[in-house]
Amino acid sequence: MDERDAISAEIPSLRRYARALLSDPVAAEDLVQDCLERALSRLHLFRPDTSMRTWLFTIMHNIHANAARRRSKRPDTAPLDGATENRAGVRHGQEDAVALRDLSRALRELPSEQRAVVLLVGLEDMSYRQVAEVLDVPIGTVMSRLSRGRERLRRSMEGDDTPVLRRIK
Amino acid sequence: MTIPRPIGEPELHAYVDGELDADDRAEVEAWLADHPQDAARVEAYRNQKRQLHALYDSVREEGIPARMTALFSRRKTPARSISWMRIAASILLLALGGLAGWGSHGIWQARQDERFAFVERALGAHIVYVREARHAVEVGADEEDHLVAWLSKRLGHPLKAPKLGDAGFELVGGRLLADGAAPAAQFMYENAAGQRVTVYLRTGRDGTDTAFRFLARNGVSAFYWADGPFAYALIGKMPRDDLIGLARLTYRDVEG
Repeated sequence: MDERDAISAEIPSLRRYARALLSDPVAAEDLVQDCLERALSRLHLFRPDTSMRTWLFTIMHNIHANAARRRSKRPDTAPLDGATENRAGVRHGQEDAVALRDLSRALRELPSEQRAVVLLVGLEDMSYRQVAEVLDVPIGTVMSRLSRGRERLRRSMEGDDTPVLRRIK
Repeated sequence: MTIPRPIGEPELHAYVDGELDADDRAEVEAWLADHPQDAARVEAYRNQKRQLHALYDSVREEGIPARMTALFSRRKTPARSISWMRIAASILLLALGGLAGWGSHGIWQARQDERFAFVERALGAHIVYVREARHAVEVGADEEDHLVAWLSKRLGHPLKAPKLGDAGFELVGGRLLADGAAPAAQFMYENAAGQRVTVYLRTGRDGTDTAFRFLARNGVSAFYWADGPFAYALIGKMPRDDLIGLARLTYRDVEG
């Protein structure tokens, strides 16, 4: 399998993650498209002894973070996440549809940096080390974002919207 | 990672995510046995992971948009495209064979009129390609100008991809098909619910325009008609009353 095939093989995962990360499915497809184009144009920068998957997610995260920065500078001209309702492909019968809807709503309400960690770990099954690499933050930051994000999801799923307090040991 | 007792939130997550070695895992499990609140927390986090998969795994099985595959197909080796074309051709032949048998014990209005024998082939092509995820179209909507110019050239008359946006259907792309020894064109459309319809065009008709005709088999419906240099078939897996609106849109748009 050459490098182009390795990139191609990650498209389904990149699309899944982007769809979960962004509320707008069109924006999600654009993000993946941009990521693929950038990866192909910078293929010479990929180090063969490293993970293609981590490299691609890193590129996608950088594009997303830059776009988010631009959006926050001119909030009137670009649609915010959540402008269109996401159509998550719910598989009926496997999970309670109501619980899934609640989770998808709660996910959208998370700060995006927590959402990214919750999804990279929980949906993409990345190790904490890989996530730290993708987001370019220390492992401790990954763990605290994960902890805060999941706790918030848990509370809003249980209908408890009081602010999350740090547990005192 | 060495775990200081008591077990805290970070260890619970590391446990859920398989980040602990066997010793630490055992220690967390012992703790959970004595602390039902933390055990419930672990269960809730595991549930979240399972539900995230239930919510989004289906995206992995969706067709990859043509503009993404196009990034990779440009440098495809000729050998690979040829073998893919062969597979597609054999699938199409199989489907047409199946259709012929399927149609023979039904009443095919199309058969009563030789000019519309192509509707069977259009149905076959519809059935084969709408279920394609990665290769639903040969040229994607992002290259619509190129697609239309190419198909116009091959069919020998200027044609256009009908606009069905008013009915919520956007162009996915299109392909060139063999209708017997003659070229035919297929455009594919998709709405927000992922429902697909195709428009099939061919030339070589005798020159009289006709009204809409309709046929349906196993839930797949087709409106077909002749207008100008082309014969058209609009095909979709939907009731007649839903399809007629799209047929009118198509008719109006290609005529205009």
